[in-house]
Amino acid sequence: MIRKHRAHPLWFAYALHRFSGLALALFLPAHFYILSKALTQPESLDTFLALTDNPMVKLAEFGLVFLLTVHFLGGLRLMAMEWLPWSDRQKTFAAVAVAGAFLVSGLFFLRVV
Amino acid sequence: MLGVRLYMLQRLTALIMAPLTLGHIVVMIYAIQGGLSTAEILSRTQGSIWWLLFYGSFVVAVSLHAAIGLRVIVHEMLGLKRLALNVFTLVISLLLLFMGARAVLAVTLS
Repeated sequence: MIRKHRAHPLWFAYALHRFSGLALALFLPAHFYILSKALTQPESLDTFLALTDNPMVKLAEFGLVFLLTVHFLGGLRLMAMEWLPWSDRQKTFAAVAVAGAFLVSGLFFLRVV
Repeated sequence: MLGVRLYMLQRLTALIMAPLTLGHIVVMIYAIQGGLSTAEILSRTQGSIWWLLFYGSFVVAVSLHAAIGLRVIVHEMLGLKRLALNVFTLVISLLLLFMGARAVLAVTLS
C-alpha cells in the first residue's frame, strides 16, 4: 500500500531528485576514471568509446542525460521553492522539470540513434 | 546533520553548476554526433585554458555538491553520525576532486 503522502506529486519530485543525485554521484568516479585515460592510454579509451556503438549503451546514455537534466531542473525548482515566494506554481515547476529533461534527453537520443 | 554552512555550500555549488550543466549538455549533444573518439575529444579540449577553467570549476563544484548530497542520504538512510559522517563527507569530496582533476588535466593538458 502506498502511504498517502507518497501519492503527492511533490513527494515524487523529492524522490526523483534524490534518486537522480545518487545515481549521478555513483556514476562520476567511473566517468572521471575513463576520461583520465585520454593522455596516458588513448587506445584503451578508444576501446571503451567503441562500446558506445552498442544500442544498450546508447539507451544508458539517454538515461544519464535524463538524470542530469532532471536533477538540474529539479534543483532549480527546489531553490525557487526555498527562495522565491511561490506557492501554487510548485506542481507546475515539478512537471516542467520532468518535461524539459525528457525534451533535452530526447533530443540527445535522436542524435545518437 | 547539515549546518547552515554546508546547506549554503550545497546551494552555492548548485548555482555555480547551473550554467556549467547547461553548457555540458549542449557540448554532449553536439559532440556525440557521428560517435566519439579520443582524438576528437582531445582536438577540442587539449591546450585550451577555457575548457580547463570550465571543467576545472565544474569538478570542484560537483565534488563538494555530490559529497554533501551523499552525506544527507547516508545520514538519513544508514544512520551515520558525527565524526563518521564528517570523515565520510571529506573522503568522498577529496576522492571526487582527485579523480576529477586527473580527468580534466588528461583532456586539457597538451
